[in-house]
Amino acid sequence: MTQHSSAATAAAAGVGDPVLQTVGVTKSFGGVHALKGVDFELRAGEIHTLVGENGAGKSTLIKVLTGVYTPDGGEVRYAGETVHFRRPADAQHVGISTIYQEVNLVPLLSVARNIFLGREPRRFGLIDVGAMNKRARELMAELGIDIDVTAELGRLGLGSQQMVALARAMSVDSRVVIMDEPTSSLETAEVETLFRVARGLRDRGVGLVFVSHRLDELWELCDRVTILRDGEWVHTGPMTEMTRLDLVSKMLGRDIEEVRAEGATEFGSSHLKAGEPALVVSGLEVANRLHGVDLTVRPGEVVGLAGLLGSGRSETVKAVYGALKARSGEVTVAGRKVRTGSVRGALASGVALLSEDRKAEGIVPDLSVRDNIALAVLPRMSQAGVVSEARIDALVDTFMKRLRIKASSPDQKVRELSGGNQQKVLIARWLATEPTVFLLDEPTRGIDVGAKAEVQGLIDELAEQGLAVVLISSEMDELVEGADRIVVLHDGHVQAELDSTDLSSSELLAALAGDREPDSQSPSPATNQAAKQAPTQTEGQHA
Amino acid sequence: MSDGTATATAAERSERTGTSFDIDWVRRNGVFVALGLLLLANVFLTDNFVSTGTLRLQLVQVAPVVIVALGMALVIGTEGIDLSVGAVMALAAALIPLYVGYGSVGAIAIGLVAGAVVGLIAGVLVGVVGVQPIVATLGLMVAIRGVANLFGGEIKSITEPGLVSLGTGDVAGVPYVVVIAALVSLVVWLVVRRSTYGRQLVAVGGNKLAAQLAGLPVRRVLVTTYVVSGLLAAMAGILLAARSQASDPTKLGQLIELSAITAVVIGGTPLSGGQVRILGTIAGALLMQLITATLIFHDIPDSTAQIVQAVIVIAAVYVQLGRGKARRS
Repeated sequence: MTQHSSAATAAAAGVGDPVLQTVGVTKSFGGVHALKGVDFELRAGEIHTLVGENGAGKSTLIKVLTGVYTPDGGEVRYAGETVHFRRPADAQHVGISTIYQEVNLVPLLSVARNIFLGREPRRFGLIDVGAMNKRARELMAELGIDIDVTAELGRLGLGSQQMVALARAMSVDSRVVIMDEPTSSLETAEVETLFRVARGLRDRGVGLVFVSHRLDELWELCDRVTILRDGEWVHTGPMTEMTRLDLVSKMLGRDIEEVRAEGATEFGSSHLKAGEPALVVSGLEVANRLHGVDLTVRPGEVVGLAGLLGSGRSETVKAVYGALKARSGEVTVAGRKVRTGSVRGALASGVALLSEDRKAEGIVPDLSVRDNIALAVLPRMSQAGVVSEARIDALVDTFMKRLRIKASSPDQKVRELSGGNQQKVLIARWLATEPTVFLLDEPTRGIDVGAKAEVQGLIDELAEQGLAVVLISSEMDELVEGADRIVVLHDGHVQAELDSTDLSSSELLAALAGDREPDSQSPSPATNQAAKQAPTQTEGQHA
Repeated sequence: MSDGTATATAAERSERTGTSFDIDWVRRNGVFVALGLLLLANVFLTDNFVSTGTLRLQLVQVAPVVIVALGMALVIGTEGIDLSVGAVMALAAALIPLYVGYGSVGAIAIGLVAGAVVGLIAGVLVGVVGVQPIVATLGLMVAIRGVANLFGGEIKSITEPGLVSLGTGDVAGVPYVVVIAALVSLVVWLVVRRSTYGRQLVAVGGNKLAAQLAGLPVRRVLVTTYVVSGLLAAMAGILLAARSQASDPTKLGQLIELSAITAVVIGGTPLSGGQVRILGTIAGALLMQLITATLIFHDIPDSTAQIVQAVIVIAAVYVQLGRGKARRS
């Protein structure tokens, strides 16, 4: 294993000894290798961020650190000694606190009770409420949090609840605090308080792990960064030596200089994009997620939606489809206004959504291929409430042939199919609704290479037939080659719109990083200009 | 943040494959095999088993359980449960003597409507308000039993000739009660196999989120299902009261929810929803009936019969939840 952190910078930042480490940790689930020998080191008195896209292994690593998962190989060290956490309680016991996006405290108890839950000061065998409240108030004052400790926790805002979780972490004298996307549902002011408290903890020598998909926050708060990709360690180094472009390219695994030649995907050339827009989205807002997204797609056009994790790509298509409640905004399909917030309304207007999570939101695993394909069009296949088997058979037969779905028979349970074929079944389900707008959220994720090429080819074919397609993909090749136009989202709004005909991956990368004019945008005071020129000396290869 | 854990857990599950094929078969067909074997054993070992009198009695006794279990099978198919069925039976039966003045048809109609209303309340609680099925129907189970007692008071006898003949009469030697149970079975079977509602029901039970995103009327399906369950329970209650020519709101239908759930579960319908096995459910009800009868034929006390039933239920649930979930991949 390479020593991959810059010791000099670390010392300068006043960082102490390693408090929590993993060495060559591996973890797999069935055939899926979630972690492939990951080294991670958290020091006392630092805020360390873990960065990676979906599937990079962030969550798994955190679960290993907090005792939710036991690693298959490698070891976890706490304060220099090898530890074997068998359950989350073991990790908590030695002083590792975790703060999740969703607070796991008891909403009906008071703030003070929650802070001291399980360790309440007692008198005569009963809880000494006076002493408990007093200590809670002292603790809150120390953290600079203004919350009534006798209030019922559930009545507080989510941000305040997280402060309470932090206060609890402090009161148990945690040496490590792990914050997994704590800010994702907080308002700006709450985030500031959270950061202040987090810095306070750091100054007292606590080691903090911070995970957030809001990139700006990383420079604002964190001292060091560890980047994971596909279950492997990619980079560890001080935040100050990282530019946004560096970070994003390391996360996505794209060297800025090395842009792949065209032809990596099955997509053909650009499509016809004439006529009136098939889909017009304007000012779409979703609480905490989208802040006014505009989008126009013409018939026969494939519009790519790009953006990093948390940028609002999936939220955009879900809100258009009515699966996510929009606060405001308008959606028009073929000139007709669509009632937002209603899936059935969207479907009736000719919108279909292939959602990202095939298992949770797509297939009905115990139903047959046939029933899965016909699911959304059952009323259309029925007369007086009785399903016409003949019409379903015809429909299913057509789509199984057209999409080359490999199943032993239409009656085979869909859960027995490969991921690629499941995906095709779902595409068939949506095509059966005869949509005018097809929203595809990561249509090729998690399916094998052959099926991927087929799905890509199909998207092309559909667009040629005049379907308006919105394509979300984390793979840059897929967007650059598959889309006619790419809309880049950042933090819930449209950051850039790129014409795909003269687009290179590096331009897209720059847009994704929100770094189109590299010198004007330093996200935090900590990022100095000199760092941009500094070679990434800390890079190492883990193969 | 999902971070690939979804695929990971799925992979975790698929890891436990291998020994699944026979378990899956047992889950689907075990109840029929067991029923056949037990029938065969009784033919040889029980005196006078093969007589119209014995068979008739068994079928008459099992008929109300079958009717309730069919409704239960639908509810369980939506990943729900209906504990209120016994109380609904009692309520419908308690209303009969009160409204018999409107004639037997009027009284029966009122009983059925009452069952449907209770089902509607359960359906709205589960499908619209979002209360957990077990909580919603447990509350109704207690409340409706109370309402039945309020209406019915003490035991009332039923003497109206139409009702008496419904309970005790027959067509060509087959008791009405059995004919009705058979007809209801046929209708429910057809609904599950052929109707839009039936298809939507198993989709809602199999993956509610996916069903919602596919534009299915999830609420309507849930509400309908609980209404059907309430309606069928009321029907069973009326038949039971007509047969015994009495309505006892305290006792009638007591613990029948357990018999119904048992029949559904050993019939191969998983408690996790997404499947409805009508034939299995009927066979399950018959099997439980036959087990009890067999033990009684051989002078084994009722308490022992209950223990045997319990063992069978646990075994059936084990087959379903333990290995039954394993995938063939």
